[in-house]
Amino acid sequence: MNRTSTTQPTPSHLGPDSSMLRARSLVVSYGRTAALRGVTLEVRRGEILAVTGPSGSGKSTLLLTLAGILVPDAGEVHFGERCITAENESSRSRLRRKQFGVLFQFGQLVPELTAEENVALPLLLSGRRRGVAITAATTWLDRFGVADLAKVRPPEMSGGQAQRVAVARAMVTEPEVLFADEPTGALDTLAGEQVMTQLVRVAREADTTVVLVTHDARIAAYGDREVVVRDGVLPDPIPADEASVSGREEGRS
Amino acid sequence: MSTGHVLLGLLSRGQRHGYELKREHDERFPAARPLAFGQVYTTLERLHRQGLVEPVAVHRVDGPDRTVYEVTDTGRTEIHAWLRNIETPAPHVSNPLSTKVTIALLVGDAAAAADYLRRQRRAHLERMRYYTRVKTDGGSSLHEVLAADYALSHLDADLSWMETASQRVHALEKEIGT
Ligand SMILES: Nc1ncnc2c1ncn2[C@@H]1O[C@H](COP(=O)(O)OP(=O)(O)O)[C@@H](O)[C@H]1O
Ligand SMILES: [Mg+2]
Repeated sequence: MNRTSTTQPTPSHLGPDSSMLRARSLVVSYGRTAALRGVTLEVRRGEILAVTGPSGSGKSTLLLTLAGILVPDAGEVHFGERCITAENESSRSRLRRKQFGVLFQFGQLVPELTAEENVALPLLLSGRRRGVAITAATTWLDRFGVADLAKVRPPEMSGGQAQRVAVARAMVTEPEVLFADEPTGALDTLAGEQVMTQLVRVAREADTTVVLVTHDARIAAYGDREVVVRDGVLPDPIPADEASVSGREEGRS
Repeated sequence: MSTGHVLLGLLSRGQRHGYELKREHDERFPAARPLAFGQVYTTLERLHRQGLVEPVAVHRVDGPDRTVYEVTDTGRTEIHAWLRNIETPAPHVSNPLSTKVTIALLVGDAAAAADYLRRQRRAHLERMRYYTRVKTDGGSSLHEVLAADYALSHLDADLSWMETASQRVHALEKEIGT
């Protein structure tokens, strides 16, 4: 078992440094509050990128901007060849429905619908037939170990169960990028661990790129890489050569 | 933590000789320093003098003689007494992280302190990824998962201190800069 290798294989036709998303000089203000003050960032294809930082530093704003939900005051977001910040709302909305998945701290399931109907919903909204949508929903519930909840409604679920159903719903459209904002923020340690373990496993299997916003280092440790947001900016990257020297000291004491 | 109690605990699962104890120790406590043979034998002799273990047989293989030990009733009582004792909470462990930041600030270099904290954070997180993989790997046993949880909690506590330190240093840098 080789636990120390973290790098995911990159599909060969994409080259070694292919990026999924590129953000350049993003500036976002809410009235007089400057939430992002010039953020430049690249999200690589297939990676799980943890975005951390103190509360109020601009993590959620960055996620919403990368996901095309929020339009920045200045700067650009590129998704492959597309400059999504230059596109109109309907085109961005189509992109969000088809290629992006979004997951928030509280899964925002529809309380009146069963788990399978909740998971089928994104497919129904993009015009798939009910039978097809329900079959796909069942498969995704099973991948997250909650197939037995298919007929259960959110109010009868534990926080961890509801969040696993929410992840299944975010993944049912097989998005290229999953944006998760504090996905375990409302859960205790073990329930959070279960959600993260399955989210990471399924994302790797489906080759989904994940942008994972969290203030919790233990959750960030599920990612391949971390960027820290501070006061609406990302500090310059640290040169890689010097950084990995430590961490081998253990056992010598 | 005393090696004696750890060996007693391992022996309470059945008779073993020193070599087996060493192997089992190193496997069950992957984060600890491997035990030296000499240490195992002197500890077993001490436990014997204290009446906590008893030699029950000597195995002669091609190598050296191997004395097989088992736990006595006194030894069993001792291990349970030890388990009931809490460890002294140690808020002032010797902390090289804190020392480094303090020295950086002493020599008047807030930027060096900030830079060090960022590098250290990256190294810590890299280590936390390792332990997280130990847990998410299907093949890990319960004792490996427990050891990983423990390591993660401690690294996380370091990081939480480093985060606060970063914010304090950041504030200081701003003060110096203006
Ligand atoms: N809808 C909003 N209206 C006004 N201010 C906001 C809004 N959302 C966020 N902010 C402010 O923007 C800054 C960054 O917020 P946010 O991106 O939510 O940070 P984080 O996710 O790191 O906690 C904070 O100062 C916050 O108070
Ligand atoms: Mg937030």
